[in-house]
Amino acid sequence: MAEEWLGVEAAGSASEGEDEGPEDGERRHRQLLEAVSSLAGRRRRKLAERTEASAQVSEFNISCKGAGEKLVLSELLQPIRPKSALSGVKKELARVKQKAAVELPLSKEEAKRVVREAAYVETSKDVGKWQPVVLQNRRAEQLVFPLKQEIAAVVPLEQTISAWKARTPLEQEIFGLLHKTQQPITDPLLTPEETASLQAMSLEEARRRRAELQKARVVQSYYEAKARREKKIKSKKYHRVLKKSRRRKALKEFELLQKSDPEAALARLEELEQLRMQERMSLKHQNKGKWARSRAVMAKYDLEARKAVQEQLARSKELMQKVRVELPEEAAGDAPEEDPTPASVPAVPAGASRANPWMLGEPSGAAEEPEVQEGLGDAAVPGVAESKEEVSEEEEEMSEEEALLQDFAQKRQQRAGSPAGRGAGETGAASKLPGMSPVRAEEPASAGLEQPAQAREEILLSEQLGRVRTMEDVEALASEEPVMEDVEALASEQRAEGREPPAAAQAKKRARQREEGRAGDRRAKKPPAKKQLISLEAMLGGTAPEAPWPSLPVLVEEEEGGIDQRGVITEAFAGDDVVADFRREKDKAEQAAKPQPVNLVLPGWGEWGGTGLKPSAKKIKRFLLKPPPAPPRKDQHLPHVIISERRNIHAAAHQVSELPFPFERHQQFEQSIRTPVGATWNTQRAFQKLTAPRVVTRAGHIIQPLSAEDVPDMAAAAGSGAQPALETLPKRGAQPPRQPRERAR
Amino acid sequence: WVSNVCVTLTAVPRNYDPALHPFEVPREYVRALNATKLERVFAKPFLSSLDGHRDGVNCMAKHPKSLSTVLSGACDGEVRIWNLTKRQCIRTIQAHEGFVRGMCARFCGTSFFTVGDDKTVKQWKMESPEYGEEEEPIHTILGKTVYTGIDHHWKEAVFATCGHQVDIWDEQRTSPMCSLTWGFDSISSVKFNPIETYLLGSCASDRNIVLYDMRKSTPLKKVILNMRTNTLCWNPMEAFIFTAANEDYNLYTFDMRFLESPVMVHMDHVSAVLDVDYSPTGKEFVSASFDKSVRIFPVDKGHSREVYHTKRMQHVITVKWTSDNKYILCGSDEMNIRLWKANASEKLGVLAPREKAAMNYNQKLKEKFQYHPKIRRIAQHRHLPKSIYCQIKELRIMREARRRKELNRRKHSKPGSVPFVSERKKHIVAVVK
Repeated sequence: MAEEWLGVEAAGSASEGEDEGPEDGERRHRQLLEAVSSLAGRRRRKLAERTEASAQVSEFNISCKGAGEKLVLSELLQPIRPKSALSGVKKELARVKQKAAVELPLSKEEAKRVVREAAYVETSKDVGKWQPVVLQNRRAEQLVFPLKQEIAAVVPLEQTISAWKARTPLEQEIFGLLHKTQQPITDPLLTPEETASLQAMSLEEARRRRAELQKARVVQSYYEAKARREKKIKSKKYHRVLKKSRRRKALKEFELLQKSDPEAALARLEELEQLRMQERMSLKHQNKGKWARSRAVMAKYDLEARKAVQEQLARSKELMQKVRVELPEEAAGDAPEEDPTPASVPAVPAGASRANPWMLGEPSGAAEEPEVQEGLGDAAVPGVAESKEEVSEEEEEMSEEEALLQDFAQKRQQRAGSPAGRGAGETGAASKLPGMSPVRAEEPASAGLEQPAQAREEILLSEQLGRVRTMEDVEALASEEPVMEDVEALASEQRAEGREPPAAAQAKKRARQREEGRAGDRRAKKPPAKKQLISLEAMLGGTAPEAPWPSLPVLVEEEEGGIDQRGVITEAFAGDDVVADFRREKDKAEQAAKPQPVNLVLPGWGEWGGTGLKPSAKKIKRFLLKPPPAPPRKDQHLPHVIISERRNIHAAAHQVSELPFPFERHQQFEQSIRTPVGATWNTQRAFQKLTAPRVVTRAGHIIQPLSAEDVPDMAAAAGSGAQPALETLPKRGAQPPRQPRERAR
Repeated sequence: WVSNVCVTLTAVPRNYDPALHPFEVPREYVRALNATKLERVFAKPFLSSLDGHRDGVNCMAKHPKSLSTVLSGACDGEVRIWNLTKRQCIRTIQAHEGFVRGMCARFCGTSFFTVGDDKTVKQWKMESPEYGEEEEPIHTILGKTVYTGIDHHWKEAVFATCGHQVDIWDEQRTSPMCSLTWGFDSISSVKFNPIETYLLGSCASDRNIVLYDMRKSTPLKKVILNMRTNTLCWNPMEAFIFTAANEDYNLYTFDMRFLESPVMVHMDHVSAVLDVDYSPTGKEFVSASFDKSVRIFPVDKGHSREVYHTKRMQHVITVKWTSDNKYILCGSDEMNIRLWKANASEKLGVLAPREKAAMNYNQKLKEKFQYHPKIRRIAQHRHLPKSIYCQIKELRIMREARRRKELNRRKHSKPGSVPFVSERKKHIVAVVK
């Protein structure tokens, strides 16, 4: 069993090479035991003891006992048994091999880096939730800061005072004084003495005061009642009379003022003129208001309405009249004849197209001129002109007014008494103006009342021409009114006597309406004839019509009424013919823009040359190159315009040479420039919208940094706190609720 | 004769027919030109100078609740509190020995903190001491090293100091809650993010900008630039945007999620940029520079829209934009604090509605016609002191030379071997995770 022993020996030496001492002893012991056992048993094998030197010496102190023996084959063929001593070790080895190895711990630097990376990823994800908010703010049309509108809280006085204490000697002294007088610091800020003095009012005094108050109250209520009563009166006539009296009063006052203080009077006059201008500008008396339209509808049936409309129109007419201040000496009548403007205006040439269009009057505008100008004499400056007349007629009118008031009172009584009479009265009123229509234009407001007899005659004469004239013109002449008044007077007489039956009145009315209809038809047919007639009249009169269209420069006249501005201007620029100049300039531009023929003719080339010799016509024809005709000019059909298509370097200096950054195509840029933003081109609302600033801040308001509460959806996300990543955050809900911030000092 | 019409004027309807209002573009162009000229005529931004410090102004702080109060610290350790409406100093404290390195107000406005060269952090009451009381700090913290900057948390009783490391302190304790370090160089400034208040940014003198997360008490990322960053400021309306004022005359606006390249490089200064502050609207920021000027940049533009300078203003060390977005304060070397209008030609005081409408219209017109050469020339013209003007020219020449050299190098070398590097990438050395 040498192999076995050897194997054990080898294993032992391999496993524990170091502790040789105890192992050696053990081995010797075993040898000894074997030697003893061999003595007893059948084994004869004798332990070899190395005693002498030999050829085979093991360096491991192994005796080479069987060195001389022969190797037997059978021994080699023996099966190899698993060695029990090694199996445990093997098993252990297999188990160890199955387990994965534990890695080496990372270095400190590496570990920190990993932590940092993880934290960074998480934090940037956290911060990234602001991305939509930020983008939205960047793109916002308008941002108003501070984002959260704060409510300014006023701290009550008591609170501030109670927090404050007197410290310095001066303050303490002052407080001492205040305390001595028992000055209260809190709400009712009255000292006891003051309250006492307040209470100390005597009974008598209090009574007197109460009585006074009562009286005042009563007077007030009377006054109110009176005003209400007056306001309730529906009669137009009453109001008219009232108005008139008021007007007269004002006039009187004005005259007094004129006497006492002409300066102030002048100022007042100017003010009145201003008022008139304002009223005129307000377009109030056009026939376009809601009231006027409703009246116009009613006018067909209701005479009152018709009259009202008429009155309004007359007022508007009066306002629209061009103001002409005459010299004070001039008689009212001859002002229109002495109009200086038409004379100084250059005469209208035959070729209207060659004339200065700005100085031409529109022929259609001349239509109603003569009448208007006739009317001008007394109606031009209502304030001044009327005053003269009215002063003279004052007494008469006074009586008239009284009579009217009496009449008015009578009528009221009558109305209370007999309904039939009332009906008659109405028809009487209706009979007043037969040919009237809502569109009737020109009639002085108060024409019917104070028309001189002479005028009446004239118009009676002219009534013969009624066929040629239109109804409008006829109506314009207020003379009809007195006639009709006569009729009315007649009717009233009848009424007084008692008795035109209502049926008859009705019939009359219907007849009148028919007549009116016919008149309307006639009017519809007539206009051209009328135009002719009137222009003829104007020509005969020899006065150039003054065109009252608004595009003409409005006459500006000085208060003193000295020089006509227009006359001055025409005189000053008498030599200038701007229009002709322009036309010449345009011709020149046209000529210059025409392509010029290129002359390539070389005299003397191929023929005789010299002084006095001209190149032959054939040559000229060949070498004079005619360019193709230019494209038609753009201003061909625009007589007032010269369009130059050359590049203007002066303009180019102002133009953008390359496309600016945010734009991608030049059309976009041009579009952005072409859209006007000003209030001249946009409605107020659009203007405000277009010019709204990008960022609005308010002075004196602190702008806090953005917070989750400012953004609704962010606040919701923070409130739910569902995301696990956010749980490490300090809880938003746990923060103390914000105090309402005060306005910054 | 008496008018019986009421005197009040009625509204006159307008006719908007374009035929009646021709030449809209030329007319608006003229209006825009006039508006631009007027803007330049009225551009008088300087309001006043607050003098009283006896050494250069080193730092300033805004009062969070009061617009009229501003605090300033000088290089001799003196802290002054100013009333801007009266333009007077209302309180003076000798706070430190040596420089006042940094100061910040508490978010509630009741107290403020200062750090100085004497290695202390001091907390002071905002109100002046009562009669007979002594001027003393509420708390004093003695540190081991010099603190170079301080900033307060926007919502909690926590503040951060920087110096050797970034320390985060609880107001109630005398030792920091946590200390954050990354690298060994001294940190010059630290700022809390006003929106995501747990975020901090700092910049150190080894040319880097480091971001920290207070919740995890760990640094997040570091970006190294070509030169040192002096200070940084977070955008108060955009949580992830901050701007860094660099020594290489530029400012860099970063998105903290993408630090590889800045969002925008703002270049116009001709010397180191020392301080930067955002307008409260987050649309613009103001920068103070060693070149004795203050510039205002739009956040999304590479160049400034305005430059402020005066003859007497020396190196501007600190600058603040007031919280109502109307004024700018700058503290400079020569001991003065100057108050400027943020919008140079703005009319101060109450505007009538018509004035306001006209102003808005003019603004719109200027915007509309800003690309027209004549208008642009007028709008962009600024008078500059000679030193700045010359330096700008010099810099332009240098830049052109560099560009030409690169062009030549590219031309004469193998295609692709000299890459194009964008201006944004050029200044970033590395991003360290």
